[in-house]
Amino acid sequence: MRDMKFWTLVARGRASTGGSLFALLMASSLAFAGDDLDPAGERLFSNCKTCHEVGEGARHKIGPHLDGIIGRKAGSLDGFKYSNAMRAAGEGGLVWSSETLHAYLQKPRDFIKGNRMSYRGMADEGDRETLIKWLEAVSASEPGAPIDSVAATDHPARGFADIVLAMEGDPDYGEYLAGECVTCHQASGHADGIPSIVGLPRDYFITALFEYKTNVRRNEVMKLRVANLANEEIAALAAYFAGLEPQ
Amino acid sequence: MTRLTRRHFGLVTGAAAATLAMPTYLRAQDKPRVVVIGGGAGGATAARYIAKDSEGAIDVTLIDDSDQFTTCFFSNLYLGGFRDFGSITHSYDKLQSDYGITKVTGMAVGVDGKARTVQMADGATIPYDRLVVSPGIDLIYDSVEGYSEEAAEIAPHAWKAGPQTQLLKEKLDGVGNGQQIVMVAPPNPYRCPPGPYERVSMMAHLLKSKGVDAKIIILDPKPKFSKQGLFEEGWAKYYPGMVEWYGPDVHGGIESVDVASGTVETGIDTFKGALLNVIPAQKAGAIAANAGLTDDSGFCPIDATSMRSVSDENIFVIGDASIAGAMPKSGFSANSQAKVAAMNIRGDLIGSKVFPARYSNTCWSLIETDDGVKVGAQYAPQEGAIASTSSFISQTGEDEAVRKATYEESVGWYAGITADMFG
Repeated sequence: MRDMKFWTLVARGRASTGGSLFALLMASSLAFAGDDLDPAGERLFSNCKTCHEVGEGARHKIGPHLDGIIGRKAGSLDGFKYSNAMRAAGEGGLVWSSETLHAYLQKPRDFIKGNRMSYRGMADEGDRETLIKWLEAVSASEPGAPIDSVAATDHPARGFADIVLAMEGDPDYGEYLAGECVTCHQASGHADGIPSIVGLPRDYFITALFEYKTNVRRNEVMKLRVANLANEEIAALAAYFAGLEPQ
Repeated sequence: MTRLTRRHFGLVTGAAAATLAMPTYLRAQDKPRVVVIGGGAGGATAARYIAKDSEGAIDVTLIDDSDQFTTCFFSNLYLGGFRDFGSITHSYDKLQSDYGITKVTGMAVGVDGKARTVQMADGATIPYDRLVVSPGIDLIYDSVEGYSEEAAEIAPHAWKAGPQTQLLKEKLDGVGNGQQIVMVAPPNPYRCPPGPYERVSMMAHLLKSKGVDAKIIILDPKPKFSKQGLFEEGWAKYYPGMVEWYGPDVHGGIESVDVASGTVETGIDTFKGALLNVIPAQKAGAIAANAGLTDDSGFCPIDATSMRSVSDENIFVIGDASIAGAMPKSGFSANSQAKVAAMNIRGDLIGSKVFPARYSNTCWSLIETDDGVKVGAQYAPQEGAIASTSSFISQTGEDEAVRKATYEESVGWYAGITADMFG
């Protein structure tokens, strides 16, 4: 069983400079102490904000809200459908700290294999530090608004999604249908204001599409595109996108 | 399919017979050839999808008279100061290096459908098995009396992105206090239905942000326009007293322009502007008519299930030049149509599977900083034409967060579609 010590060691191993822990701890105490936020941190957060909300009233979007992220057990919020990998990491002892966030954000897919965050990573250590510092300062609030972006287990979207999950999608058909998706969702996995859907696990992908169909997620463009998709088409798209790797 | 397969065999046999002499050259000749005329949202997408999805089994040549492409979409954001010109200009380098597409920079002037060749202005001919015609629009300058290609150097249309866009920006930057801009809007059908009104919004934004007290008059030959309620709400909210729109029942008909004096004569009055932006009527790019693909409307009838020209089965017409039923003339539409054409061409030439056509469009417009609106629809072939199957439009009175999210979505879409076009 992996414990916190394991994750701390992993995080240390991945951080590009070994002696940064002290600096990070200093940075975090400064961030908590002062009210003035570094605008550079907010700018860097533009990489995240398509999928994550943070600050008072933050809700789950494509990704979980980030309020209270520091000190939170990974994969532990109610009402968000995490990947199995993320839940397992939390159960194995991963707790979000400056240090673990540093390692995670450097290369999310390497740090927790099989997690579904499509972000490719922030290579620059200084940028990560600025972002994490900013995040520490703004994430202290409690989420205020009700969670409305993820279907509860008894929501119709869940039932529809389960039917499609049991189907085997044809990735070739999915590739054709994906032509309609990649005009906005870049096939490379880059995200510049519209979330990446490359490599999303099937269950997440399918559930999300039904959440658009049933107004759990609200976006007119998505609702329109999804309205015309039959179950086998959703299964095909899910199979195709699950098989792609971000570039 | 039988006919095509037979011809394909012919090519292979002929090539194989001569392989010993010039193997490299003839290996290229083995492959079916697709030529694409026009490197915009339709043509670049079609070229890229055919090359990408055939994995080298089809030779793709892309003809455009420029070696880079400036998108019409987001060119209004350049006018408003939200984008620089470089950010809306794209090169064809990746299409060549990553997808093996041959880029020919030159002007296609004719098509011989029988010989299946494209004639270039420099006298060269380029053979094809399938041709994609995606030339966009040409302006019918004399649809507005007194307007001409020369007059456009004084009163820019800026309806084809490039030097005209930069000229309009330069003139817009020169508009001072107490001056007036007069836009002559185009009649239907034209490229980018909400475009003129987004442009007016961006002009007003720029003037307002510089503290210039100027007015914008829109003289419209149409009694109503795209997203009218949304634009009028935005103009009243952000630019009170700055923007005035006159339909035909008010101005009584647009009679003529005189770009030297900066005046527009209408049925009821003469309007004078320090800057005239005249957007005349439009037709398919000249090559479409030269190739005999247009009808009396000036645009090209197509088969709704494939984007194949009704007058030549080896030619596909996509984008603004086509008559695509309920689909608006937009970059998004052209990109969507290109994928249908590309799939059918691969089906024709290498027998890959052809699925039923699906089309979609969304048009975003920016009214003011962080206030974006959108309109979109899904389309399918129905009774011989492309028909809308469902649609949506942004609502008036939406809250700020929704409008900001819509704008951010449009920025994401721009990055997405340009990556989808140019790799």
